[in-house]
Amino acid sequence: MAAVQDGQLNMEVEKDIKTEITNDGSGNINANSSSPGSTSSGGKSKSPAGSGEDQQTLLAVLQFLKRNKLTESVDILRREAGLSADADDSPVSDSAGAGSGGVPNVSADGGDANSLLSRVSIATPFAPPATAPPKVVAASGGEDQPDVNVVLSAYSQQGDPVLYPLYYNGLKKFIESVLDCHRAELSQVFYPLFVHMYLELVYNNHENEAKQFFEKFSGDQECYYEEDLRILSSMSKKEHMKGNETMLDFRTSKFVLRISRDSYQLLKRHLQERQNNQIWNIIQEHLYIDIFDGMPRSKSQIDAMSGSLAGEGKRDANKAKVFYGLLKEPEIEVPLDDEDEEAENEEGKPKKKKPKKDSMGSKSKKQDPNAPQQTRIPLPELKDSDKLDKIMNMKEATKKIRLGPDNLPSICFYSFLNAYQGLTAVDFTDDSSLIAGGFADSTVRVWSVTPKKLRRVKSAADLSNIDKESDDVLERIMDEKTASESKILYGHSGPVYGISFSPDRNYLLSSSEDGTVRLWSLQTFTCLVGYKGHNYPVWDTQFSPYGYYFISGGHDRVARLWATDHYQPLRMFAGHLADITCTLFHPNSNYVATGSADRTIRLWDVLTGNCVRILTGHKGPIHSLAFSPNGKFMASGATDGRVLLWDVGHGLMVGELKGHTDTIYALKFSRDGEILASGSMDNTVKLWDTLKAFDDVELDDFTAATGHIHLPENSQELLLGTYMTKSTPVIHLHFTRRNLLLAAGAYNP
Amino acid sequence: MSYRSLAFELFPFLPPLFVSEEQRLLHVRYERYTSTMAEERRPKQCTVVLPTESMKAMAESIGVGQLQEESCAALSEEVSYRIKEIAQDALKFMHHGKRCKLTTSDIDHALKLKNVEPLYGFQSQEFIPFRFASGGGRELHFYEEKEVDLSDIINTPLPRVPLDVSLKAHWLSIEGVQPAIPENPPPAPKEQQKTESTEPLKAVKPGQEEEGSIQKGQGATSAEAKGKKDGLMRMKPRSTHELSVEQQLYYKEITEACVGSCEAKRAEALQSIATDPGLYQMLPRFSTFISEGVRVNVVQNNLALLIYLMRMVKALMDNPTLYLEKYLHELIPAVVTCIVSKQLCLRPDVDNHWALRDFAARLMAQSCKTFSTTTNNIQSRITKTFTKVYNKCWLDDKTQWTTRYGCIAGLSELGPDVIKTLILPRLTVEGARIKAVSDGPVVSNIDKIGADHVQSLLLKHCASVIAKARPLPDNVEQYRADYGYLGPMLCSHVVKARAQAALQAQQVNRTTLTITQPRPTLTVSQSGIGGSGGSRTASIIKVPSSLTLMSTRPGTPTQLSPPATKYIVMATSSGSSSTQQVLWMASICKISRTLKLSSSAVANSAVDMMKLALMRTATGKGDPELPLLQRISSLELPASEIAAQINA
Repeated sequence: MAAVQDGQLNMEVEKDIKTEITNDGSGNINANSSSPGSTSSGGKSKSPAGSGEDQQTLLAVLQFLKRNKLTESVDILRREAGLSADADDSPVSDSAGAGSGGVPNVSADGGDANSLLSRVSIATPFAPPATAPPKVVAASGGEDQPDVNVVLSAYSQQGDPVLYPLYYNGLKKFIESVLDCHRAELSQVFYPLFVHMYLELVYNNHENEAKQFFEKFSGDQECYYEEDLRILSSMSKKEHMKGNETMLDFRTSKFVLRISRDSYQLLKRHLQERQNNQIWNIIQEHLYIDIFDGMPRSKSQIDAMSGSLAGEGKRDANKAKVFYGLLKEPEIEVPLDDEDEEAENEEGKPKKKKPKKDSMGSKSKKQDPNAPQQTRIPLPELKDSDKLDKIMNMKEATKKIRLGPDNLPSICFYSFLNAYQGLTAVDFTDDSSLIAGGFADSTVRVWSVTPKKLRRVKSAADLSNIDKESDDVLERIMDEKTASESKILYGHSGPVYGISFSPDRNYLLSSSEDGTVRLWSLQTFTCLVGYKGHNYPVWDTQFSPYGYYFISGGHDRVARLWATDHYQPLRMFAGHLADITCTLFHPNSNYVATGSADRTIRLWDVLTGNCVRILTGHKGPIHSLAFSPNGKFMASGATDGRVLLWDVGHGLMVGELKGHTDTIYALKFSRDGEILASGSMDNTVKLWDTLKAFDDVELDDFTAATGHIHLPENSQELLLGTYMTKSTPVIHLHFTRRNLLLAAGAYNP
Repeated sequence: MSYRSLAFELFPFLPPLFVSEEQRLLHVRYERYTSTMAEERRPKQCTVVLPTESMKAMAESIGVGQLQEESCAALSEEVSYRIKEIAQDALKFMHHGKRCKLTTSDIDHALKLKNVEPLYGFQSQEFIPFRFASGGGRELHFYEEKEVDLSDIINTPLPRVPLDVSLKAHWLSIEGVQPAIPENPPPAPKEQQKTESTEPLKAVKPGQEEEGSIQKGQGATSAEAKGKKDGLMRMKPRSTHELSVEQQLYYKEITEACVGSCEAKRAEALQSIATDPGLYQMLPRFSTFISEGVRVNVVQNNLALLIYLMRMVKALMDNPTLYLEKYLHELIPAVVTCIVSKQLCLRPDVDNHWALRDFAARLMAQSCKTFSTTTNNIQSRITKTFTKVYNKCWLDDKTQWTTRYGCIAGLSELGPDVIKTLILPRLTVEGARIKAVSDGPVVSNIDKIGADHVQSLLLKHCASVIAKARPLPDNVEQYRADYGYLGPMLCSHVVKARAQAALQAQQVNRTTLTITQPRPTLTVSQSGIGGSGGSRTASIIKVPSSLTLMSTRPGTPTQLSPPATKYIVMATSSGSSSTQQVLWMASICKISRTLKLSSSAVANSAVDMMKLALMRTATGKGDPELPLLQRISSLELPASEIAAQINA
């Protein structure tokens, strides 16, 4: 406390600096014009120079002058204050912040010089000032990306480490004392501040202070940050910060907070009054405060949206228009259809006409206003076989059961026996005729669940003997001898984490720990292509609903869009701050959703490659995504055991489904979108009433504009059923075309 | 920089202990995190650092002799940090592998991410056999790498090929209702049944459906779901009692088999009742079946059927997925009837209804033990009931011996305390009554048999209690004074019991070391049931025509229980079987005596089997052979009981 009071005594001196900083924000260009004022204040400050505090103030002034390249005034001030020039020059030659054992002030100054330089080097693409910072400005480097040191060096400006807890405590007291309506909003500041203060301490080699700081205040943080705090806590030395990804994330990206204008003013005023330079600096440097006009948000509203690694998404990040509508279905002549139907059953005929209109009518008649242009991205031409499949699909759809709260689907569970915990991914074909499983032993296995066995195409030599004109040529090319219920595909050299069938059932994609995505032919059961691009494990891959394109994402935090006939990616979607854990195509194939371990979901435009939505709210890595069949809504499941529902068009969270107790690995909407099925590690399948969930949300203009949604309190009302398995985690779910729910998982005895 | 590279260099040499330690730590944390998101704050995260001694040991292991203390400290911090980092990465692989358990391969993959060579050849699945060594003031845990002789590996036959992955489909739910099939978990777990019956209001509360939702999945149709929604006041959950066609068929089959004439079928049916997880919904039917069955058959004095029904009760109790509390109001009267009823069979002088009474009494005691709570007070209520009846007998000389026997049996099964407080004080009176019957001139045969049974029963139960409670010495006169007519006999029993206890104590001392070894479990199965496999506790009253005693672990090296296969007995004709069975039982007795401490099941089964055999002999098939009997009585069981059985 004493130190803080001291600070108040020196108010005059610091205030001047503060006004500088606040007036011109972070822009250094303006600072030049206001420099005379600061020199005069510096002159005033020399008189009390004696105690440690004053010296610090002096140094701060010096720093400021230096930053603005006012070397003359620096010299004058230094002379007047009686500070030796080498006190702040000598450490500069040392590597960043390495003034170990010296007086904190001295090292601080040296560090600051580094930070100044490095900041310059960020602005202009110069070489990183890794070892010899003074020379950096002169030495022009290539196109090197900012090195870790550069990033880190922003931490080198610092105050007295002893004061950190006091600063933090002061702010805590203040926030606890403000009105309730502001408190919740302002409390958001705690976590990023805590992290950055801790990292600053660590960076400047105040290991013990950092530990104390952590122990004192880590308990105050929201529980959903626990994972990150654990990583932070293990970092207690400057060396550790190099190469630590989480650390980099904190530094390279600004933590985004949404705060109402009133609350923000309150905070600003407080910090200015209390001369809390340190905290203000952090807020300026490392935080992005998204100010909005209107009522402050409540605690529950904030909690619903927070939890991601880098705060909430900025509001303007979600402003872009998303064409979430479905593409027009291609017109398909149906005479063939009629014949088949007649042959199959007589009674089906009168019924048939109507449902067909139902299923197709709205889509085919007129273009959905929310749909993207048909040719926005080039889609593959429909082949004859695809048309046949579409017709089959429509016929099946007429027999579809209408689901609802009173009409729950039957669930057929496919258990993988003797998998010994090795099952890592499962996929069903759209017509539910094949199941593929990816295994930890690097194999991919494909099963046929219909009586039709899997057959390989004959060898080239045999194929040449076949009469190509015959009617049943497609039958003849298959080798009867290879018929079996399942086939094993060998090729990967690491666990297979993602697997996806192409819509036409001719191909299968698999992504693996070995960093490749492989395309397999289901005609020959051989590997066709190995797509190399990710150098790290690829956690997930997914075919576009129209085939041809596919998306992959993995540990390298970049999602890649590929076309099957290109060996290089067409698009790279970079922006996530941690591993991309799951990927999914929008039903109209124009967008791609990715879920990440940074606890955000991003929606990317395939055409432009831009990120069009950042959805925050999960408190753990996201492991499953699902789009509603109409493309309007999305569901996501994470390790925190919650399912969140999103309105894609508005970029809003519209629902939260609580009930699972472990990671949700599977999510699927029924074919009509009335029911959402979720499957989890807790060995349950749960069914949710999504119709009701989406109905309950009232979307007025205000909420749509600000994104402040009031979530319905009780998600239990939406829970339609819970089905326990016998010690079998549910890792995939699939609705057949007739709305039968298929689930899959490996039995763990 | 150099620290880092050195740390990585050292890493492959780290004893796997640390890896596993971190794994354990992480796993524990992870579990805590997922289960209770916020409740308890993390304990101390900063402080987990490897001791510097480990650094030294590791350095030595790679030939770096003197490592300075400072470098050790620096190294240990660095290494701890790297390990944590790697463990955190490994967790990612665990999540994507869709597992809850971190494996060594996850760590390998995490190392690969960091461009570090994985730990090749370290493939321990579950258990890592660390060895501990200390000396020179240092303590070490190390992983012993044995030298492997290649020729050994080459010559050993290949292990069995593991089963290939296969796919199996079943119905998890049919239109919202979960079918009760073995592939699905039991519809209502025992815990839930328990909370439902003991705390009906707590089981499901509106809004908080965590527990209730499970039940909702089964049987609870949308109607109930609706009821939940608009029902402001929630009533006690309604359990559905509609049985599917399959269940009805099953019920019919099972009940028919249980009371039918084919013993093989009955055994199978009882086995099914005792193990099937999906019987929850049929429980009310079964309990009604049993109570009605007892009511009818007591009137008709159909001993066999009563026995069958009691065996059903036993099987239901044995089923680990059922909680019978809700149905005790039907089951207990039925069981008590079988204990104390005046007449259970048509020919009381010949038929062995005593065994049924004993069996039912044991059932009663078991249910008291399992289900008695402070709210339902079953134990005390049952005790009261018996006491009331017993009081009546006590006052009234004309009460049937059968009822008297039942009361005593029922009470004495409830434990030594009950015997002490309720039976011992009445020994004198009882003794006088028995004396009157045995010495008196005009008594019916039935009364005499009854008196004999009561006498042996009293001796059997009281002796052990007295042996514990009464101080030495055992003076016959003193006993006569205290307990009247039964005194002398009691005295000899007590002496025997004491000798027995001493013998056991000795053996216990000798065998303490081997007690932890896996014990052979005894399985009584019937050759008629092709490989029914599952173990039935030996609660069978009627002896199957041929018996096999098997040990699930044939080669268990305990010198105490010689290979159990030795005792396999195939008895075909009843005439010779009695001898063999007795022989066989004797050996069981031997086993049970040597393993006395823990294998009460074995002892129980021995006692049961003994009775069975005796019943057979008693029912007139073959004469009791005295020398054999002597051998038995020289073993553990109280000879009086055997004698009583034979006499009957």
